[in-house]
Amino acid sequence: MSEAPAIAVRGLTKRFGGRTVVDHVDLTVQPGRICGFLGPNGSGKTTTLRMICGLLIPDEGEGEVLGLDLATKRRAIKHQIGYMTQKFGLFSDLSIAENLEFIARVYRLDNRKARVDAALERLGLASRSTQLAGKLSGGWKQRLALAAAVLHEPRILLLDEPTAGVDPQARREFWDQIHALAREGMTVLVSTHYMDEAERCHEIAYIAYGVMLARGTIGDVIAGSGLKALQGEGPGADRLSAQIEAREGVEMAAPFGTSLHVCGRDIAALRRAVAPWADQVRFTEADPTLEDVFIHLMKGAADNSVLETA
Amino acid sequence: MWERIGAMVFKEVRQMLRDPGTIAMMFMFPILQLLIFGIAINNDPRHLPLAVEANDNSQFSRAIVSSLRATSYFDVVEIAGGYGEGDRLIAEGKASFLLTIPPDFARGVVRGERPQLLLTVDATDPASTGPAVAAVNEAVSRALGQELVGPLATRQASAPPVNVVLHRAYNPEGITSHNTVPGLLAIILSMTMVALTAMSVSREEEQGTMENLLATPLRPIEVMVGKIVPYFAMGFVQTVVILIAAKVIFAVPFLGSLALLLACTLLFALVCLALGFTMSTLVSSQVQSMQASMFYLMPSILLSGFAFPFRGMPWPVQWLAELLPPTHYIRLVRGIMLKGWDWRLAVPESAVLLLMLVTLGTIAVQRYRDTVA
Repeated sequence: MSEAPAIAVRGLTKRFGGRTVVDHVDLTVQPGRICGFLGPNGSGKTTTLRMICGLLIPDEGEGEVLGLDLATKRRAIKHQIGYMTQKFGLFSDLSIAENLEFIARVYRLDNRKARVDAALERLGLASRSTQLAGKLSGGWKQRLALAAAVLHEPRILLLDEPTAGVDPQARREFWDQIHALAREGMTVLVSTHYMDEAERCHEIAYIAYGVMLARGTIGDVIAGSGLKALQGEGPGADRLSAQIEAREGVEMAAPFGTSLHVCGRDIAALRRAVAPWADQVRFTEADPTLEDVFIHLMKGAADNSVLETA
Repeated sequence: MWERIGAMVFKEVRQMLRDPGTIAMMFMFPILQLLIFGIAINNDPRHLPLAVEANDNSQFSRAIVSSLRATSYFDVVEIAGGYGEGDRLIAEGKASFLLTIPPDFARGVVRGERPQLLLTVDATDPASTGPAVAAVNEAVSRALGQELVGPLATRQASAPPVNVVLHRAYNPEGITSHNTVPGLLAIILSMTMVALTAMSVSREEEQGTMENLLATPLRPIEVMVGKIVPYFAMGFVQTVVILIAAKVIFAVPFLGSLALLLACTLLFALVCLALGFTMSTLVSSQVQSMQASMFYLMPSILLSGFAFPFRGMPWPVQWLAELLPPTHYIRLVRGIMLKGWDWRLAVPESAVLLLMLVTLGTIAVQRYRDTVA
């Protein structure tokens, strides 16, 4: 790929008080790609997004967004970025159409009325355009917020946990829309906690305790972790998780319905660990999941964060 | 049931303790009220500035002045020499009273002609000068009583030896509303401009819409001006309504120029808006900005000279009240409406308001950032 990346930041660091919330994060996203931004609560995802869209000034680090320097071209960047905040950020006491009109005015868009009408049509809210935004249900609020964030046709879309508390069908539709936008060339950086959403992304970036732990496609990340997994089926398999997790060579064991998912770094060690129960539970080799990898990474990061002082 | 009520009480107390603003209010409000009502407010103001224009430098004049001093109602600020200087002091508000002693006053007393003493009172605020006026007659006759001895003793036998003529300047009928209605302009504008501006900004913060606004190309100054303009318009309408009411309903005289009054009002409105905006950058919720506005409005109503005589307050409180924008604006409005101030007389108070505007504006702009946290 010879095209310049849409987002390229290096060594991004933010401290609040004495606490380093984001610690030398590097992130590159190519144009038209959907990058999933994952990590536990309080890992620095929102702070990183805010630094990229100019809402926070990094304490350290540099980067370009759409080729514009993050340190000096904050305002120019704001024109080309759409940002959907975690909390509903539109005005509850304005109607749906009024909210969109306001955004259109702020970005000084031409053909304001036509654009707002088109957005309402796409949303399927044309008939309810006079309804107050605050009265909408969670799923509709989220769709309206997305429509507002892309009204000015930004080249980059930043979404901060956009689907929290939204039902599965609305989430599915939301992701279809994200993919449609990416097809048109929009670059999307979306933070999420949902593994199924991570799997819908072209690539993922995993951050924990402010440190970037893994980047790449899902296959890359899983392969890069070096994890191996076993799937146990049989009577009472799901109740063995605590006993098996305590065994040497097992990194984690978690029940999934009536089966048990066990993983660790070495397949031979895993086999040895589950051997005592081999007569009642049948263990077969399985693919490690993204969740396995993240929990594994998180445990590693927690250890590292104690040791690392750099 | 008691356990459940107890759980609620416990929770409320915990939440209250977690909000330092509320705690501060709980302790500060009673203290503030105690100070204001207990110490600051005095309906029998003393030590009012009295200018004496003595055109007759006699023992009688001197006795009258020292007797007036002794009442503790008056502080003699100036013995004006030149003709008309006393009137200027009254107009500027530097003196509340002017005692004019005519030439040949002493001779008139000696001859038993009952000469006149002219006491000019700045009657824009009748309440604050009333008690002092009552004290003048007594002070004058006491002074002359001590002086008229020996052969002159007969002069005080029957009628009082002098005739004190009272001239209530600016408000001859002593109508209280002539004073309060112009003052009301300051209070109503303060309420609208300060409180509503402060709340409208903190509402954005509280509801999380500020983050969205800041992510757009909106500049801080654009957000600020955009928020202020509607309240500004509201303030203008209020001003017009009050002025019409003052004229039509209360028949308050309007001696000065309307343009000058509007210019001063504009300045005051800007000070209020800057103050409201600064407040909103210091608080984190609508409730807190409400409390902060209350904290500002109460002293503004009570200490600015609107509700109670300014000169009746002890000097530290007067000094504190000088820091409140309405104090200066009220003087401007009363000066322009009741005393017919021209722009020259309006300069000192306007300059103070301008200084406040620059200070508050700088703080507001510096505290407001286009980033979150």
